[in-house]
Amino acid sequence: MDWLYVLMPIVGVKVFWPGLVILGLGVGIIGGFFGMGGAWMVTPGLNILGFPMAFAIGTDIAHMSGKSLISTMRHAKFGNVDYKLGSVMVLGTVCGVECGSRIVMWLERMGSVALYVRYGYMILLTVIAWVVFSDVRQKQKKDQEARAAGRSVEALSTGLEWHKKLQQLNIPPIVYFPKSGVRCSVWLPVTIALFTGLLAGFLGIGGGLICMPALIYLVGCPTHVAVGTDLFGVMISGLYGAATYSYKGRVDLVAVFIMLVGAAVGAQIGTVATKYVKGYAIRVYFGLAVVGCGISVLLKLLGAAYLPVKPALDVAATILILGLVTALSLFILLNFLKGVAEERKARKEAYAHV
Amino acid sequence: MPLKKRQSFGWKPVLLFLSAAPLLSAAETAQAIVIVADSRKFQGVRLLWANFYNESHFHFALMTTLLIPLAGVLLGSLADLVMSRIGINLKSRSLREG
Repeated sequence: MDWLYVLMPIVGVKVFWPGLVILGLGVGIIGGFFGMGGAWMVTPGLNILGFPMAFAIGTDIAHMSGKSLISTMRHAKFGNVDYKLGSVMVLGTVCGVECGSRIVMWLERMGSVALYVRYGYMILLTVIAWVVFSDVRQKQKKDQEARAAGRSVEALSTGLEWHKKLQQLNIPPIVYFPKSGVRCSVWLPVTIALFTGLLAGFLGIGGGLICMPALIYLVGCPTHVAVGTDLFGVMISGLYGAATYSYKGRVDLVAVFIMLVGAAVGAQIGTVATKYVKGYAIRVYFGLAVVGCGISVLLKLLGAAYLPVKPALDVAATILILGLVTALSLFILLNFLKGVAEERKARKEAYAHV
Repeated sequence: MPLKKRQSFGWKPVLLFLSAAPLLSAAETAQAIVIVADSRKFQGVRLLWANFYNESHFHFALMTTLLIPLAGVLLGSLADLVMSRIGINLKSRSLREG
């Protein structure tokens, strides 16, 4: 069974390469579907496969940029990427991340960075989950009221409508983003990107987890466009991450390429699956992923507080993350297969009628 | 040695940072240790790559940053080609929230 293992030239460890392909496939599916880089999923996976933590982070980020590029290419063909909005937001994100990382450096000097970051992460994940599920509840309520009144439900109606108030801010220049169908002050996406970048920098994550809901709830992007535009941002940030980590010598390109083989297939599946799933269903699954991620962080926090049970809780957190990745990937894959089968059937019927 | 490498790097980190930055915080937590790849264990392309890594981290970073998008485009196009043969419309989708 030696052929199932490959010696990594930079890390110097023998790695089970099918594990890398499966990991790439899983995170490709989830990333393409939700618009996330998936750093929170891959790093523990690589670590389990034998990568030292610094290499796991570097290799994960490098793979993330390639995977996001593949997903962005596919989303762009569906018209899901608002390049204009994405480019404007990059400016704010750059400044935000720099500020966030400086806060981390300051906290590190005080010796309390890990605790603050984990608590910050927990608060953020709780807020995101609360926003997602209260939005879904309000949307259901509105739809029920519309049906009861005999009105038809609008295709792009939403539950929470914070973005409508924010779009009314009249601070020049006012810009129109045609792909998203959003007209607003340019300072709105820049400020939001600054804030999400600040959080991403502070928490040391790629930002997709924060940016995707921010694009939906604060800018007012339709869910599908938020997913595509967010991936465009993750791709750029991932490239920077790849550059900086490889300069520090913490990227194994052989592992990246092996993972990209799986991710190329996964990204296509995840992206095409968004075609068959309504925007609100994507929001609900995203909310569930956030809850799972939150529970794993909570387990880590409990492990830090109660040292005798730390190893057991760390294992539980890792199992939870990997289980979540597997379950979500399978679920999205099923949606993809079902959608493709239905579309092919409908096409055949249409041809039969001609 | 690693200090010398960093000093000669000059304006390039600024350029890298300006191009995109959202993972800066994670990058800064990486430890400043010089790691050397054990190239004695390898042959062929992997030997070349390990030597390339040992000779210059800057060139290694540059090559990595160029190769990843290239691999992404190649693999993405290949996967695209396969997907285009499964008989579904890959050019449009209906935008519907609920």
